[in-house]
Amino acid sequence: MSNSESKNSNTTTIKENKTNSTSKVEELQNQKGRKTVLMQGNEAVAYGALDAGCNFFAGYPITPSTEIAEILAAELPKRGGVFVQMEDELGSICAIIGASLAGAKALTATSGPGFSLMQEGIGFARSTETPCVVVDVQRVGPSTGMPTSCAQGDIQQSRWGTHGDSPAIVLYPDSVKESYELTIRAINLSEKYRTCVILLLDEVLGHMREAVRLPDISNVRVISRIKPTVPPHWYKHYEDNEKYPFPLASFGEGYRFHVTGLTHDALGFPTNKPNEAAEMMARLKKKITYNIRDLVQIESFQMDDAKIAVFAAGITARSAKAAVVMARKEGIPAGLLRPLTIWPFPDDAVRKMLRNVDIVIVPELNQGQLVREIERLVKDRSDSKLIKIQRVDSKLIPPQDILQKIKEGM
Amino acid sequence: MPAIPQKIIHEYLRHDKKFPHVWCAGCSNGIVLGSIIRAIAGMNLSRNDIVMVSGIGCSSRMPVYVDFNTLHTLHGRAIAFATGIKLHKPHLKVIVVTGDGDCAAIGGNHLIHAARRNIDLSVIMLNNNIYGMTGGQVSPTTPYEAYATTAPYGNIEPDFDVCKLAIGAGATYVARTTAFHTQETQNMVKEAIEHPGFALIEVICACPVIYGRLNKKGGAPEMMKEMRDNSIPLSAVDKLPPEKVQGKIIRGVLHKDIRPEYCAQYAELMKKAQAQGGSK
Ligand SMILES: Cc1ncc(C[n+]2csc(CCOP(=O)(O)OP(=O)(O)O)c2C)c(N)n1
Ligand code: SF4
Ligand SMILES: [Mg+2]
Repeated sequence: MSNSESKNSNTTTIKENKTNSTSKVEELQNQKGRKTVLMQGNEAVAYGALDAGCNFFAGYPITPSTEIAEILAAELPKRGGVFVQMEDELGSICAIIGASLAGAKALTATSGPGFSLMQEGIGFARSTETPCVVVDVQRVGPSTGMPTSCAQGDIQQSRWGTHGDSPAIVLYPDSVKESYELTIRAINLSEKYRTCVILLLDEVLGHMREAVRLPDISNVRVISRIKPTVPPHWYKHYEDNEKYPFPLASFGEGYRFHVTGLTHDALGFPTNKPNEAAEMMARLKKKITYNIRDLVQIESFQMDDAKIAVFAAGITARSAKAAVVMARKEGIPAGLLRPLTIWPFPDDAVRKMLRNVDIVIVPELNQGQLVREIERLVKDRSDSKLIKIQRVDSKLIPPQDILQKIKEGM
Repeated sequence: MPAIPQKIIHEYLRHDKKFPHVWCAGCSNGIVLGSIIRAIAGMNLSRNDIVMVSGIGCSSRMPVYVDFNTLHTLHGRAIAFATGIKLHKPHLKVIVVTGDGDCAAIGGNHLIHAARRNIDLSVIMLNNNIYGMTGGQVSPTTPYEAYATTAPYGNIEPDFDVCKLAIGAGATYVARTTAFHTQETQNMVKEAIEHPGFALIEVICACPVIYGRLNKKGGAPEMMKEMRDNSIPLSAVDKLPPEKVQGKIIRGVLHKDIRPEYCAQYAELMKKAQAQGGSK
């Protein structure tokens, strides 16, 4: 299963031309790109952002995400990009949306408390269909919780944290290398589908170092918004176009469009008309539901003949995979299904899994957030057994615990 | 400055799209909009290079009516959005239209820090001493003992001098006027846009329908007269005895200085970073 941008998707790709990079910067880039280096998840996010053409970062320091800001503070100015430390996370999310409306590829990074503060802005970006990326390196909550400890407590918040119905695209890597890849994918998807894409990271992943070899920059597939070519009076900022990406103008390009968080019509002007409100809401929903195949990525490990499946995401999937390997050694037909995209939830892949296995084990570092979705789907099959493993004491779930449940299940 | 005919104002409005407007009869917001448009019309700027950003409130409804790049954001966050726009495209002229609640209550932190950075934004705060849009709740600029729906026994909080706050925070152009003084507003808007740094203009406005009613101010004409009679130009302050200055709205450019502008500083920083190349 390839984790990189799916090759068969027929989107237009425009390679970022890094006009401002000096030869020294290029050198560093190549070093990072070509040699195998020890790298933290947070570092991988920062370099993924740069490779995807991110040229604007606004953020507010918070553990365990701060390294992302620190690296970008050093790297962005060298490449002609903007780094700004805002006064808070409310300002950070708004600044990246503003920058994106002016044409930037913009990103911010935070953790639980800051992620909560950003929710109103995330809703604004989704409503106004403004591309941007929020990285949430999750830590133990609620509230200030345990800043340097691991939890997966923001899975549902990343979907439902902002008020009102809105589409969500949320990606969830399980390794340092994949943090790099999914950061690029998050930026690509935000540009393509014009929305705020969220990248969830686990604290352990953010801080863990792994040996990675980043691809040569020329092999990185970058998607950028398409510029409109129509005369300004024909331009509709919210054209009902099902082919993504569709032309998106930026401020200062002569299109003089209006953007508002109020429910708006195709031109972007506020509306109280029920039919126009319905149209807007349908468009937001459709861009997800019509593009599930492009959006959903899933890793299937040893699932072909599995009778017991573990369904896990992020760092917990690493333990799960180890448990599956151990089980297989003992001749137990176990497998792992791992969503790289958690929202939209991979309903079809899970349904398929449920058809083929008798037991599903859902380990997670929260009090039952991923498993809610499995429960929603398991209703179709009342004879399958669902086993939950939940841990919220800041410790990871060791493979042995999952293996034990696999054996108990048999 | 030559008078600008009504026709020119119309050229700047999206009159085919968004009218009638939402404002009550007698509201100052439209008068201030007129001053802003006249200022811009007299400035030889391309509309494509002007961005008008606002927060939430009656006053913040302004951008939808004008034919610029326009952005109606979240309550209190206009300056933060504007910061992102300006930093990414520093050549754009970014004008922020905000209310007293939007700017000084929920958005106060962004105001302070944008002023401190001296980023080249022109912030026009329409101060009607109340939360108009939500129906008349107390605001940080509601006068002491005045009435609001959430101060039914009179306001016990002192009101905010937002201009002083901005000066203290580092704004490099700070001015105050009233909606009655349309030519003065127009001049100040022009100066603020031309000023290379953070500019704040406080325009005292009338909300006759809510603030006026709750505080028995009469109608819009009476409130306009009060702006005329109860304000004095800064230049007159020194010449008047203190008792004549007491309680008056002081109009004029209260502060002006030049210090490095944020986007210009950032451009220098980029040069430095690029010269240093790979080394951190
Ligand atoms: C986060 C948030 N809180 C509260 C509101 C409700 N709200 C809308 S406008 C407003 C007050 C606006 O007052 P002001 O900025 O003075 O503008 P005016 O209407 O007086 O021009 C409030 C509290 C909101 N929209 N968003
Ligand atoms: S409520 Fe007040 S501020 Fe709002 S439009 Fe009416 S008069 Fe103007
Ligand atoms: Mg007000």
